[in-house]
Amino acid sequence: MTTSETTKTETAKPEDFASREYEAGFVTDIEMETLPPGLDEDVIRHISAVKQEPEWMLNWRLEAFRHWQTMTEPTWAHVDFEPIDYQATSYYSAPKSAEDGPKSLDEVDPKLLETYAKLGIPLREQEALAGVAVDAVFDSVSVATTFKEKLKDAGVIFCPISEAIREYPELVQKYLGSVVPQGDNFFAALNSAVFTDGSFVFVPKGVRSPMELSTYFRINAMNTGQFERTLIIAEAGAYVSYLEGCTAPQRDENQLHAAVVELVLLDDAQIKYATVQNWYPGDENGVGGIYNFVTKRADCRGARSKVSWTQVETGSAITWKYPSCVLRGDGSSGEFYSVALTKMCQQADTGTKMIHIGKNTTSTIVSKGIAAGRGNQSYRGLVKIGKNADGARNFTRCDSLLIGDQCGAHTFPYVEVNNPSATMEHEATTSKIGEDQLFYCMQRGISEEDAVNLIVNGFCKDVFNELPMEFAVEANRLMEVSLEGAVG
Amino acid sequence: MLKIENLHASIDGKKILKGINLEIGTGEVHAIMGPNGSGKSTLSNVIAGRDGYEITAGSVTYNGKDLLEMSPEERAWEGVFLAFQYPVEIPGVNNVYLLKAGVNAKRKHMGLPELDAMDFMKIIKEKAALVDLDQSFLSRGVNEGFSGGEKKRNEIFQMAVLEPALAILDETDSGLDIDALRIVANGVNKLRSPERSIVMVTHYQRLLDYIEPDFVHVLADGKVLKSGDKSLALELEDRGYDWVRDEVTA
Repeated sequence: MTTSETTKTETAKPEDFASREYEAGFVTDIEMETLPPGLDEDVIRHISAVKQEPEWMLNWRLEAFRHWQTMTEPTWAHVDFEPIDYQATSYYSAPKSAEDGPKSLDEVDPKLLETYAKLGIPLREQEALAGVAVDAVFDSVSVATTFKEKLKDAGVIFCPISEAIREYPELVQKYLGSVVPQGDNFFAALNSAVFTDGSFVFVPKGVRSPMELSTYFRINAMNTGQFERTLIIAEAGAYVSYLEGCTAPQRDENQLHAAVVELVLLDDAQIKYATVQNWYPGDENGVGGIYNFVTKRADCRGARSKVSWTQVETGSAITWKYPSCVLRGDGSSGEFYSVALTKMCQQADTGTKMIHIGKNTTSTIVSKGIAAGRGNQSYRGLVKIGKNADGARNFTRCDSLLIGDQCGAHTFPYVEVNNPSATMEHEATTSKIGEDQLFYCMQRGISEEDAVNLIVNGFCKDVFNELPMEFAVEANRLMEVSLEGAVG
Repeated sequence: MLKIENLHASIDGKKILKGINLEIGTGEVHAIMGPNGSGKSTLSNVIAGRDGYEITAGSVTYNGKDLLEMSPEERAWEGVFLAFQYPVEIPGVNNVYLLKAGVNAKRKHMGLPELDAMDFMKIIKEKAALVDLDQSFLSRGVNEGFSGGEKKRNEIFQMAVLEPALAILDETDSGLDIDALRIVANGVNKLRSPERSIVMVTHYQRLLDYIEPDFVHVLADGKVLKSGDKSLALELEDRGYDWVRDEVTA
């Protein structure tokens, strides 16, 4: 069974929602080592050499690259953009000071520390948020990872993936590409060929990570793509909560960010993965901004394993992203909580895939889309119940909120049921911020702008409740949309 | 406190109010009665500042200020409160949170420090008792899943918290059973004070059995046709609205 519905609702007021100013739009002036634009096997060999990778890794990359060359960009997403010239992008850029590989925190370039401090991410452990370890990725390299030692004491490995390839090759070789294969899709293949850094997490059997882990991605260099690769492995009974945040400077050119995230869960393991994506969205006229083409997938291999994706997508010019769960283990469960905000000329095509393979597997999808300005967004989701997935259950809820009369919200829910014992629930609503809701708030003394924020945050509440505290506050702030030409 | 002079208002070009004259003194309780389509709700909405009405003539003066020049939230800060006929649901927005935002915006306007969560909860609990509102309602979304009676009670609860100088109750009695009506009316009576003016807009005399007005006005065809004391309401109950119309045209 396949269903698709498209809704476009028009509303007269309130109009003209402009963006809050993009606060992370500054550029760090630092000496960089950047490859000239272009992509061929030599570039891949160079990246692999700079990272001091073993032979197998280079071969894996080249295999991916050759596959990628046979593929074409997907066009099914409900987004619109000029063709990307993959030869016009640089595939490697790193601060010179980080050239000699990872250093201790004391040796990190102060300019980098300052950059992250400005973004609210203190990297000095004594200043850092207690209980949160951070891996900071700046363009193509990880520049610092905090609390590494403390985590190691608990048996948890948390390091840049380039380091993991050198230090833990057997783990990387075993799991890399086992969830998202090299040729999975166009952008995943590109990433497999040219990925530069990202985080590696390994939580051994029975261990509960003593801290929240987080990676903070920053694109700084011009005309450079960021291709991060994250791999998280939770062995039997392990637990980890992971957060990621992203920002980029304000620029007139579009920049490409094509990431792959793979999660592996063995028996009774649990991973909570939260994203607050705030890449530069471009300006009011749609000039500039990040193309965020991301493949994220969790493989619940073990019985009763449990994964949850929570995402707050407020940035990027274009978002193409479907964090998915393969529910292989019996009794495993997948959750997807999403808030996507498109304002100005932003476009987002995002959702999830829940693939039920094991028996008694459950999945929950809660998607909240907010479109303002000329923003356009689609929820695209697939729930697939395999023929052996006895007793599978899915609950899906998709709500769209429209602000103004030039935005659009669309829903494309696909359902494929091959087992009659499955239970499926689907709820969907499209609403607009009603004038009566705004007037009600204003009559109680709340300004129109505050009223809009109040209503939007109320709309997102089910998802924000799933975020770790520190991120919930950040998410609330990012959702602020301001009203141009407010009353009075 | 409130002086309405020759007020004309229309919506989408259709004339609804055709020369309203009304004066509400401080501490007075007025009832505005009238048949369907007489302009009662339009009058309430125009006073509260709802968008979509065109004021074609006349003035509304509130404490010496031109009320029509103020934004809806400024009117709220100055003490104007409207209990809605159909309170709207705002999913996910906590009832108390909305009120706290409203109260603190008003306090800011008055140059007072904002109330913190502890002080505010104390006030909330006190006021909830006034209208017999269960504590569980406080943590729910604004009017989310409330019954008709609960919504109206919530309006009076909000009035109690916001402590307005001028409260307009737009058909607060409609849709209430007799027990709910009694609870709501008791709440309003407890909020009567020499500093607070109340305007009740209603179809029925029934509400006035519980909340005794100082003045009663009959609104029909966009005009105040007749004013009197509470005995006028009883006479209306007996003789219907047509009698007033006939008397005026006679």
